Amino acid sequence: MAKPMHPTPNLDQLESGPWPSFVTGLKRLAKDKDYMVDILGHLEHSYQTRKGYWKGGTVGVRGYGGGVIPRFSEIKDDAGKPVFKDAAEFHTLRIMPPPGMHYNTATLRQFCDIWEEHGSGLIAFHGQSGDIMFQGATSENVQPAFDAINDMGFDMGGAGPAVRTSMSCVGAARCEQSCYDEAKAHREVLNTFLDDIHRPALPYKFKFKFSGCPNDCMNSIQRSDMAVIGTWRDNIRTDEALAKKWFAKHGMNELVNDVVARCPTKAIQIKEIKDVRKGDNFSSVAVNDSQALEIDNKDCVRCMHCINVMTGALATGVDKGATILMGGKRTLKIGDLMGTVVIPFLPLKTDEDYEKLVDLGQKTIDFFAENALEHERTGEMIERIGLVNFLEGIEVDIDPNMVSAPRMNPYVNTIGWDDEVAKINAKKAAA
Amino acid sequence: MNAPTPAAPLRKAVECGVPDNTPHLHPTMLKNYGNWKYHDRPRPGVLHHVAHSGDEIWTVRAGTQRQMDVFTIRTLCDIADKFAEGFVRFTIRSNIEFMVADPKKVDPMIVELEKNGFPVGGTGNSVSMVSHTQGWLHCDIPGTDASGVVKSMMDELYNEFKTEEMPNRVHMSTSCCEINCGGQADIAIIIQHTKPPKINHDMVANVCERPTVVARCPVAAIRPALVNGKPSLEVDEKKCICCGACYPPCPPMQINDPEYSKLAIWVGGKNSNARGKPTFMKMVASGLPNNAPRWPEVNAAVGNILRTYKADARPWERLSDWIDRIGWPRFFEKTGLPFTKYLIDDWRGSRANLNASTHIRF
Repeated sequence: MAKPMHPTPNLDQLESGPWPSFVTGLKRLAKDKDYMVDILGHLEHSYQTRKGYWKGGTVGVRGYGGGVIPRFSEIKDDAGKPVFKDAAEFHTLRIMPPPGMHYNTATLRQFCDIWEEHGSGLIAFHGQSGDIMFQGATSENVQPAFDAINDMGFDMGGAGPAVRTSMSCVGAARCEQSCYDEAKAHREVLNTFLDDIHRPALPYKFKFKFSGCPNDCMNSIQRSDMAVIGTWRDNIRTDEALAKKWFAKHGMNELVNDVVARCPTKAIQIKEIKDVRKGDNFSSVAVNDSQALEIDNKDCVRCMHCINVMTGALATGVDKGATILMGGKRTLKIGDLMGTVVIPFLPLKTDEDYEKLVDLGQKTIDFFAENALEHERTGEMIERIGLVNFLEGIEVDIDPNMVSAPRMNPYVNTIGWDDEVAKINAKKAAA
Repeated sequence: MNAPTPAAPLRKAVECGVPDNTPHLHPTMLKNYGNWKYHDRPRPGVLHHVAHSGDEIWTVRAGTQRQMDVFTIRTLCDIADKFAEGFVRFTIRSNIEFMVADPKKVDPMIVELEKNGFPVGGTGNSVSMVSHTQGWLHCDIPGTDASGVVKSMMDELYNEFKTEEMPNRVHMSTSCCEINCGGQADIAIIIQHTKPPKINHDMVANVCERPTVVARCPVAAIRPALVNGKPSLEVDEKKCICCGACYPPCPPMQINDPEYSKLAIWVGGKNSNARGKPTFMKMVASGLPNNAPRWPEVNAAVGNILRTYKADARPWERLSDWIDRIGWPRFFEKTGLPFTKYLIDDWRGSRANLNASTHIRF
């Protein structure tokens, strides 16, 4: 039995309503732990005054420079002592999940036992960077908690100016739209940079994210420095039985309005079966006895829309790999940046292909470490030095797929033009 | 005198990295890894995947509160052990998924989940769980709470989570400061400060690396100054855009204010490449009060946008696709949201957001 609860009139109001209540969970923990009684008091104080009261500090585990998010209470009495003394320290351990965030229940139960013993009993699945967040431990308990978690085969995630914990989608484990082995890529890349994860020494954070297809369920293009997004080079596959089944259920109006009309490059047409074009670039599938969908794959930009609507009837190709985009991030400091194409297509089938992916990550991190200013993200660095200089640094050739349009101002000295043409021609001749 | 007890040898961290996911995969998923053919959705909250081998797997998705106590996690494990062969996974929006190879287990599992308070849904064209941040519970710089705002919103959107009645999927996020850890979304609720930081000049010299703080400011509004004989910082309040970037490296630059830290609403973020290219979200409302514990004004504004989108968008239009079709003036007209001067961009690159055409819908 823990000590009596503080009154929590604000938090109490978050126990009503149908959605699962985190407050009810906190109160359940507070039945056994003075720690959580004071955490509820601390949070209620924030609700009453509409301000936060945690400050950072320096807490870690032996051998690592990061991964623990230290929190010390700032609610103090006149003597400078914490008012909620049992909640004076509320540190979080960031732990890296398995790719795709899959768990067997034995693992989850063991996490619960460890965190009940050493911590608050509160775990977030997951933080915004993808970590399992073991929320709430005293400074003294951080090391034993980590030791127990580490003994299970789980390791600390990133914090501060470091390579950060990564995320990958459910991918090949359960999704037909998967274009590479996301888990393999995730592990091979991240586990190459464990030193950069655990001992923050980069100019600023660096995030990798892995999405198996252009639906980008991991939101990698907007929030990772290096986004690995699955795609394919060959034709969309078709399945006539599933196409006819879809059409029988949805009809011509939906086929026209929801599939054909929504293709961003008008690569899909409805045709009489006899008029369907045949050839290397075309996919087609009958939807009834007289009509078929025809896709000109040369015009398809692999947006996923038609495949999302007619799942199985239309499917990704088999010559699979990834498009790699770099420099995505949110606002601070220069404004939002979308990742932009650095590698239009990297095949991801053989072990050597995955080694190339790791190598690209290594070159990018090396260049970032050498050239970014303090507190500058990769996208901001690219904006400052220009994409061409960045590409030279990571030894990647330029490609028209990297731009949405060529230059629209004359402010450049093109004296080297002929040399560049000669280099391109020499490369073509050598290929 | 007793000899001192030798200290136990210190355990060294095993730098094992990202763990292998195969021990955590349902056997049907492991067997058909990379070999799935298609999926459909038998009902909201349930996915049905079919492999090229002919194997099938059903997934039941349920909402959680994200910050979970061990008792809640154990309850979820009990359900997984009873119905789902002891395997689960979490989605990026903190929904939990249970996979079963036997379709007969689906309905009883749904009953069990709902009985224990976990809503089944979040698939397809639903409003999924709000992805969110830490807030007052744990963050060192929060202007508001996260879990509480999300709880309040999901109580209101409960039926939209459990059904698939939206034109397309709706992803939402909340963020307790302008760093926006919650991320881009169809609808995002983000703190928007409206007063420059109040500086505790007694603390700056001891706590802050002043050149770092000066360098953080996006508009060069901060400069070193001597205040009351102490080295400190001063803010040119005419230049200050109240972004709060100076606060994380220098807590004495107090940006959070119970009254003047407001909430803004952003719409139209989309990370998927489906149809149009990915988009960033745009601000459509600000000045909403940070009204804990249930944020009724935010709920009303979000509900209004969602109702308007639901009534007016065509099938498969995400919020950004819908606005592309109807245009921004019509968005403001239909939602009744006031279009104020603060919504006209004046940051770098802003001219790209102006209408350079005669394309006007009358």
